[in-house]
Amino acid sequence: MKVEQISVFIENKSGRLAEVSGVLGEANVNIRALSLADTSDFGILRLIVDNSEKALSVLRDRHFTVNKTEVIGVEVPDSPGGLSSILRILDNNQINVEYMYAFVERSGSNAVIIFRFDNVDQAIAVLLKNGVNIIDGEKITSI
Amino acid sequence: MHSESNLSTMSAHQFIWNSNAECMPREQIERLQLERLLQTLQLVSGNVPCYQNKFKDCGFQPGDLKSLDDIQDLPFTTKEDLRLNYPYGMFAVPMSDVVRIHSSSGTTGKPTVVGYTKQDISTWTELVARFMTAAGVTREDIVHIAFGYGLFTGAFGLHYGSEAIGASVIPISGGNTDKQIMIMQDYRSSALVCTPSYGLTIADRLEKKGIDPASLALRVGLFGAEPWSEQMRYELEGRLGIIATDNYGLSEIMGPGVAGDCLFKCGMHLAEDHFVFEIIDPDTGKVLPKGSRGELVITSLTKQAFPMIRYRTRDITRIHYDACECGRTLARMDKTSGRTDDMLIIKGVNVFPTQIEEVLLQIEGCQPHYQLIVDRVNNMDQLEVQVEVNEHIFFDEMKRQRQFVTEAEKRLATVLGVSAKVKLVEPSSIVRHEGKACRVIDKRKQ
Repeated sequence: MKVEQISVFIENKSGRLAEVSGVLGEANVNIRALSLADTSDFGILRLIVDNSEKALSVLRDRHFTVNKTEVIGVEVPDSPGGLSSILRILDNNQINVEYMYAFVERSGSNAVIIFRFDNVDQAIAVLLKNGVNIIDGEKITSI
Repeated sequence: MHSESNLSTMSAHQFIWNSNAECMPREQIERLQLERLLQTLQLVSGNVPCYQNKFKDCGFQPGDLKSLDDIQDLPFTTKEDLRLNYPYGMFAVPMSDVVRIHSSSGTTGKPTVVGYTKQDISTWTELVARFMTAAGVTREDIVHIAFGYGLFTGAFGLHYGSEAIGASVIPISGGNTDKQIMIMQDYRSSALVCTPSYGLTIADRLEKKGIDPASLALRVGLFGAEPWSEQMRYELEGRLGIIATDNYGLSEIMGPGVAGDCLFKCGMHLAEDHFVFEIIDPDTGKVLPKGSRGELVITSLTKQAFPMIRYRTRDITRIHYDACECGRTLARMDKTSGRTDDMLIIKGVNVFPTQIEEVLLQIEGCQPHYQLIVDRVNNMDQLEVQVEVNEHIFFDEMKRQRQFVTEAEKRLATVLGVSAKVKLVEPSSIVRHEGKACRVIDKRKQ
């Protein structure tokens, strides 16, 4: 159910993003989705890749600070109001979204949104109960 | 400079607060020093366990002191001794005789605590009145004290000195430069008391607001609490249209009043009737010949609550014994030119890198490499603490990451007494020399 996401600390100076993607490219790791949160001093880059273990190890080798987090990928109808219906379910069940970002590729006719929750298991249960499709962790990297 | 032209026409003695003490013949000063030193040694060997132990360790008894030179046989007192005896272990009188507590930052988490008896406060008042008078302050002056009132000794010392002289005190305290300027304009402040860097901040603000310093009543500045250069003196004098004088003190010894400029500005006259001053080689601890540059060591001669024997100030300076044109016989010290330890003075506050280390260590999981960047932006000191992230203090959520930074900044401000910006940097980005990180980059010196 859960998807492994890696996050990378990036100082806000030129060329750092290019360096991260370069390191991953050299290691033949494919980036499937990403989001960047930033302040004036630093940024946090979150990535879903096709091989998290390899990505973690090559980034650590190059002295990047990295962490692993569990997120989930949710199928959202690719039509107006699609995301809203899912957020309403979460809201009605008092589940906080820490952050979320979109997957570039679609799953069939649906869009895919990556969600980060404080309590992943509870969120999964609520979503499933409400008939929302959660994409399998194994499958998501091969979309 | 208008100070020089005025000097020729004024009687030097007009600006001496206590000519009996300040113009005493050299032999008489030394006789008085020996007599008072013996009393102080009796006091500490009877009442302060730290000194009892130190004296026992080196086999010294107060009666062994035959001449002033014998002071070299006494052990030093260091900031570490004060830390080990925190808070009141070095006091030589019962708390019932102590009327005031002040403190300054220590080398680690705990501050240094000092006490004063009634008599100590009155000595302090006298010594501040001396250097304020030497700077030309009289009962006609309106003294604008922009030092922070609180545990820091600066504001209270100058406050007492001004009142003793009979000047009018405006205890405005620090901060809010616009209000400071309004009060200077409206209340006609004539003597400014603050750190030299804050003096320049005021000059900047005046320029920005288009206020001509000549329209103010300011005529003299008494700057202290941080080291400053002759260059800065010219700048303060030129931009504020004042005579800028320096004074020296440290809370462990008394606070301001230990030494201060006369109007000839050729070194700060030392209060030798209340202290013995030595210059030592900081590495060997040996007393250096007169006139050498080295670390200043101070012994108090009249303090009751918190006597200090051979306190290592860590300040580097030189003492001049030749006659000064002002008529004072008291020797003079140069502006301090550095430290023998890694203490930084930021906005007048003593900061030790070890304090920052301790704060960072307290934050769970954090044993990071760090570096302090001290800079002066628009004449205000700024402290940035760069912290290398590691996996323990790195989060995928921005909220938690920022919380870490805010928490670190809050704790640093509490412990240091001065605000610091925390900047997270990538691992290995702090330059290391032979594996050791360079802890401090002080851009103010460049």
